[in-house]
Amino acid sequence: MQALTNRVKEVERKPLSFMERLYLPAIFKGMFITFMHMFKKKPTINYPEKTRPFSPVFRGIQILNRDAEGRENCTACGLCAVACPAEAITMEAAERKVGEEHLYREEKYAVKYEINMLRCIFCGLCEEACPKDAIYLSETFAAADYQRKQFVYDKKDLLIPHPIEEPEAYKKALGNKPKKETIN
Amino acid sequence: MLLAIDIGMVLEKFILIAVVVMGSLLIAMYTTFAERKVAAILQDRRGPNRAGPFGLLQPVADGLKLFFKEEIIPNFSSKALFILGPSLAMLTAIMTGAVIPWGDKVHFFDRDIQLQIADIDVGILYVFAVVSLGVYGIMIGSWASNNKFSLMGGLRAASQIISYELPMGLSLIALLMVTGNLSLKEMVLQQQAGDFWNVVYQPLGFLIFLICAFAECNRTPFDLPEAENELIGGYHTEYSSMKLGFYLFSEYINMFVSSVIMATLFFGGYDVPFLDESTIATNWAALWGILALMAKVVVFIFIFMWVRWTIPRFRYDQLMNLGWKVLIPLALFNMLLTGALVLLKANNWHF
Repeated sequence: MQALTNRVKEVERKPLSFMERLYLPAIFKGMFITFMHMFKKKPTINYPEKTRPFSPVFRGIQILNRDAEGRENCTACGLCAVACPAEAITMEAAERKVGEEHLYREEKYAVKYEINMLRCIFCGLCEEACPKDAIYLSETFAAADYQRKQFVYDKKDLLIPHPIEEPEAYKKALGNKPKKETIN
Repeated sequence: MLLAIDIGMVLEKFILIAVVVMGSLLIAMYTTFAERKVAAILQDRRGPNRAGPFGLLQPVADGLKLFFKEEIIPNFSSKALFILGPSLAMLTAIMTGAVIPWGDKVHFFDRDIQLQIADIDVGILYVFAVVSLGVYGIMIGSWASNNKFSLMGGLRAASQIISYELPMGLSLIALLMVTGNLSLKEMVLQQQAGDFWNVVYQPLGFLIFLICAFAECNRTPFDLPEAENELIGGYHTEYSSMKLGFYLFSEYINMFVSSVIMATLFFGGYDVPFLDESTIATNWAALWGILALMAKVVVFIFIFMWVRWTIPRFRYDQLMNLGWKVLIPLALFNMLLTGALVLLKANNWHF
């Protein structure tokens, strides 16, 4: 038959040689291959005990930052909500009263700050938009809950632990990501 | 006196039976675990490692799971036979352990206790009889489930075991020509006293026996009765809960028992290589013997698993070809050769 292209490859249809028909050499070869696999490095990591190292730009669940004295950075300017392409962020602003200086860093703060984690696409634009370094994306990523409504994270879910009162939890929440310089 | 039964002997046999039955169940349990671990390691995975340290409680968890599963007996099955199937499979799997010499003897309370439940003269024939009964469990169960896939699996199991029993028996005849007796204990003693294990005299016979043992245990590459991807679950399609567990379990016990048989027939049984058992105390010799046997068994079980995770399943016609056109002629040839050599030897190597 005339070949349509010049890339035709003739299939070899030689009858099996005696060694091939014996079948056992092939089996031993196969068994050797599987045996050597016993000594290979296993690609699996024991997940909950061990985790893979994250890249420095990993984007996990958001966290609301505090400064070194434990005051909330957020001033409820709303830039993050504007930047958010998924429209996941809502907030309500309030004025800081006298006597609340140890709680909020500036005169204005967010009474209510909610991120709908079901909407969030973890793009990190909120982090980029924030002028006060108040929100950044942490290394936590495995969010799990029983109800959809629990995934609307409010301030108590998002706020980083107090650096003076709970220094260990604070350290843990900071993670290993290199932080941007804090703007004061 | 008619009833001069030695109570001590009855007691020791009872204990021995209990130990052997419990031991084979325990070993079968951990063989399932080993199977999963070996499979994982051969495939660069980790295998079960969550239940207990190193996942060692996994078989317990599996067993519990099977117990808690709903017991389903199909409406159109014949109920008595449906229950008889797995019971028979389990029974025959355990019965084989009766004639196997697990060790030489131990000396306790001024008694020599043979580490063998019954040293009968036709030991190996008994093993064959019981092993071929094992297929009835599969056949009855599959037929009683009133399911086409099950029936196919049962048919396959029956014809496969008939086909592979023949070369197995023929390869054994050659071995019997060399050893000259049927008692498993005698065979071990001979191998202990002789220079080499039987595998040196019967390499081809051992190879045939090994292949047939794979087929008899319904292990890959001969697991056509199960054949998950063509027959759903084969003979145990309709089974659930512990009845399924019995089928799966009996497969592992069969694997253990055939490993023991192969070790006993061809690899010296409880004979410790390069050790003269008569030079050490009886009990220690027995302990070393049991350990040696178990080491050999572990190697065989590993080979069973290793082959399973290497070689894909045969097609049914290939299976029959191999059985009838390759193994039987080969076994006959082996028999002829052995017979000729035995005769020659008896004639002091003169024609």
